[in-house]
Amino acid sequence: MAPSSVKLQELIRVIRTAKTQAEERGMIQKECADIRSAFRDEDPAFRCRNVAKLLYMHMLGYPAHFGQMECLKLIASPRFTDKRVGYLGAMLLLDERHDASLLITNSIKNDLNHSSQYIQGLALCTLGCMGSPEMCRDLATEVERLLKASNSYIKKKAALAAVHIVRKVPELIELFIPATKRLLGEKNHGVLHGTVILITEMCERSPDTLRKYRKVVPELVQIMKGLIMSGYSPEHNVAGISDPFLQVRILCLLRILGHHDGDASEAMNDILAQVATNTDTSKNAGNAILYETVLTIMDIRSESGLRVLAVNILGRFLLNNDKNIRYIAMMSLLKMVQTDHNAVQRHRGTIVDCLKDTDASVKRKALDLSLALVNAHNVRSMMKELLPFLDNCPPELRSDCASGVFLAAEKFAPSKRWHIDTILRVLTTAGSFVRDETVPNLIVLITNASELYCYTVHKLYRAVLNDISQQPLVQVASWCIGEYGDLLLTGVCEDVEPMQVTEDEVLDVLETLLQSHMSSPATRAYALTALMKLSTRIRDNVDRIRKVVSIYGSCIDVELQQRAVEYNALFKKYDHMRSAVLERMPLMEKGSPNHNDQSALISNGEREGGGETQGGVKLQPPVASQTMDLLDLIGVPDASLPEALPQPLSQPLTGQTGIESSVGGELLDLLGGIDFGGIPSITAYNKNGLSLEFSFQREQGSLLTITLQARNSTASDMTEFIFQAAVPKTVQLQLQAPSGDVVPAMNRGSVSQSILINNPNRVALKMRLRLSYSVQGSSVQDVAEVSNFPAQAWQ
Amino acid sequence: MGTGWPPVLVQEMCFLPQKIRFILIQNRAGKTRLAKWYMQFDDDEKQKLIEEVHAVVTVRDAKHTNFVEFRNFKIIYRRYAGLYFCICVDVTDNNLAYLEAIHNFVEVLNEYFHNVCELDLVFNFYKVYTVVDEMFLAGEIRETSQTKVLKQLLMLQSLE
Repeated sequence: MAPSSVKLQELIRVIRTAKTQAEERGMIQKECADIRSAFRDEDPAFRCRNVAKLLYMHMLGYPAHFGQMECLKLIASPRFTDKRVGYLGAMLLLDERHDASLLITNSIKNDLNHSSQYIQGLALCTLGCMGSPEMCRDLATEVERLLKASNSYIKKKAALAAVHIVRKVPELIELFIPATKRLLGEKNHGVLHGTVILITEMCERSPDTLRKYRKVVPELVQIMKGLIMSGYSPEHNVAGISDPFLQVRILCLLRILGHHDGDASEAMNDILAQVATNTDTSKNAGNAILYETVLTIMDIRSESGLRVLAVNILGRFLLNNDKNIRYIAMMSLLKMVQTDHNAVQRHRGTIVDCLKDTDASVKRKALDLSLALVNAHNVRSMMKELLPFLDNCPPELRSDCASGVFLAAEKFAPSKRWHIDTILRVLTTAGSFVRDETVPNLIVLITNASELYCYTVHKLYRAVLNDISQQPLVQVASWCIGEYGDLLLTGVCEDVEPMQVTEDEVLDVLETLLQSHMSSPATRAYALTALMKLSTRIRDNVDRIRKVVSIYGSCIDVELQQRAVEYNALFKKYDHMRSAVLERMPLMEKGSPNHNDQSALISNGEREGGGETQGGVKLQPPVASQTMDLLDLIGVPDASLPEALPQPLSQPLTGQTGIESSVGGELLDLLGGIDFGGIPSITAYNKNGLSLEFSFQREQGSLLTITLQARNSTASDMTEFIFQAAVPKTVQLQLQAPSGDVVPAMNRGSVSQSILINNPNRVALKMRLRLSYSVQGSSVQDVAEVSNFPAQAWQ
Repeated sequence: MGTGWPPVLVQEMCFLPQKIRFILIQNRAGKTRLAKWYMQFDDDEKQKLIEEVHAVVTVRDAKHTNFVEFRNFKIIYRRYAGLYFCICVDVTDNNLAYLEAIHNFVEVLNEYFHNVCELDLVFNFYKVYTVVDEMFLAGEIRETSQTKVLKQLLMLQSLE
């Protein structure tokens, strides 16, 4: 005989008296056992209470799935209390993945037709929370019918249940469209709210539906107007603003409808302006509406006046006391900074002030926005704010700030000295947070500022005297000291207080770096090489350097050992070469792909001995066989035409100093200008339906650009189309990448390709072509000669 | 951030274009007073989520904003006495509007329970669920008028 059941309130009270987790678990297990036996006895009297108790225990985190079937029984009961607990249990314990959920479909169906609106409400609510796709399909028509009911309570719930249905089964969207159009005419706010949500959901899922709903934009605008003129419904008043939730939802829907559509956007321009100017901003509710308005204005095709209004609203938000509002203002400004740069610039001062905010997420947004706003005019003042920020900012923002500062400095530095100063400042404050490629970049920058060698090395030396823990700083400093040590020792430099530096002091510093355990292996390598370089730049202490170098010949670190051994050799056997080898480095160029290779060499402590060439590390080997064939045809057994390749030469040639054809570089440089020389175009080839037309542009001097267009007048496409060409001996040729390799049939399109010609001796231009393509499954190859170039092309 | 979320979980939460993902009421110690889920989770996933939310929200104080970025979505929360009311929404949603919604909800609770306190929510947990269900449905805000909601709640109560 089951003991009489404990009341819910009593159970809760008892459980709360438990002092430890174990005690609580014990109580709960006992109660669960009682409940289980009550369920087994199928006693309907206390079922409702037992399930309620079970749900409470579930909320505390204990398993309760054995109650699922009981929920079903409760739902089927005619009593309201039973149903209510049963549905709650269904929502908490079941989800759509359980098979048991299907079993309640029938109950829900019956309850949807119940005479009591509250029971209908329960059913709709449950369906809307956990209805599976199958359930939704079964019950969609019922829900749709309820949308037309006379009772607004039901309509509200039905609308949102429909939202859930539409999410689970998008195909049912069509079913709800007619009802929603009618519902938009309702006065009841709750119903309107639900309808707007439903329409939003449908439009988000189906572009067709979106198009249909564009017609209701005027109606929505009317509703908004009504809301703003207030007095519409005092019940929905929040802090003096009529139904901000509905306003926000309508604005959101307008945004979706107006996106990418000029007409719809125009229809809503006025109302948006009205909302933007008339809404009360003293309360959060008003600001919520304004924020949504701003989002909408930015997302539709609004006129520029409106956009400026939006930016100004955001600017006002930035001055608000409430940090929530400042935060969202910055989020939105960040999204807009690319498209409306000038408008956002006007608020730069406020944004920069937000760098000092106390909330970390506000700071982060302010940093992102500030970096986006830096331009050539304001770079000095912005840096004055950003650099102190770097000193104080939380560690997670340091690395982003440092890279941002570098990027901005690189793009907008007003002078080289300012640039170097800025980078030095960053390295001293946040040196451990910068990225690896900063060091080689900085070195290149320094070498390119030859007038500042003295200044730079002095500053770096002083920085290193203070602090040797920041590795990037130390690496750059040791490199500079090695290179420009002579300037350091002469002690004289403008802009820097004169400081007498003796050779011993410099060597001390470098040796400290070598020995300090704060130095990373890369830093040590830099220091050793710097020491070595100094051996040719100082007079008195060469022996000291020799000693240090020989000590490191037996260092455990293999890299250091190797260097030391080689430097030793430089001292002993190759002493005559030493000064030549350790000369100052030539200027490096920044920005070419080879520059990166060079910098890789540099960061390993570049050794100038060994006969490595500085440039031309990555040369494209000409594809010899193809070239040779063509050359044979023209009878030129000469390898001075390395460029007759159909390979795309996408690397900028300015960096490839190894290639003879600096011509290639010049040609590429000049390609920016479009200069129509007025040379008639020719049909170079026309056979089997494939025609090639050459059009010409003379560049400076002996340079010519030929643009070829390949067209196909046959009935089938020509695929794998490849064009190759060769020219006479003294002419140089370079092929760019083609636009594609399929020439469409029936002249429906063309393949174009650029050919660059340099004809310094102005010989008569001739060209041998080789074409290959596939058509209708078979491949075709052909060779032809073009000799009908117009005279203006080469004279 | 924090402990790693199982990748499937994150994916599900991104691609479900639902507005509200869950509503939580927790006290400072981490005990759940209400958990309303608008998407499918296993029980242990739910537990994990609850713990994560608790960890993130309790370290913040008055200096911080009421919005926390939480992987690919965000949590709008507000602290009332010893309870944290948290709503988890999409990243693109209007933060301020949901903040209003939380406040609306709390005011209704206050009216309904006559100066509500945490114990009210504990002993009447199923009634709190009813309030939630009157104001939110299918992951959206359903009824915003406090008077209307209170009227309905009283009607429902009379049926018991």
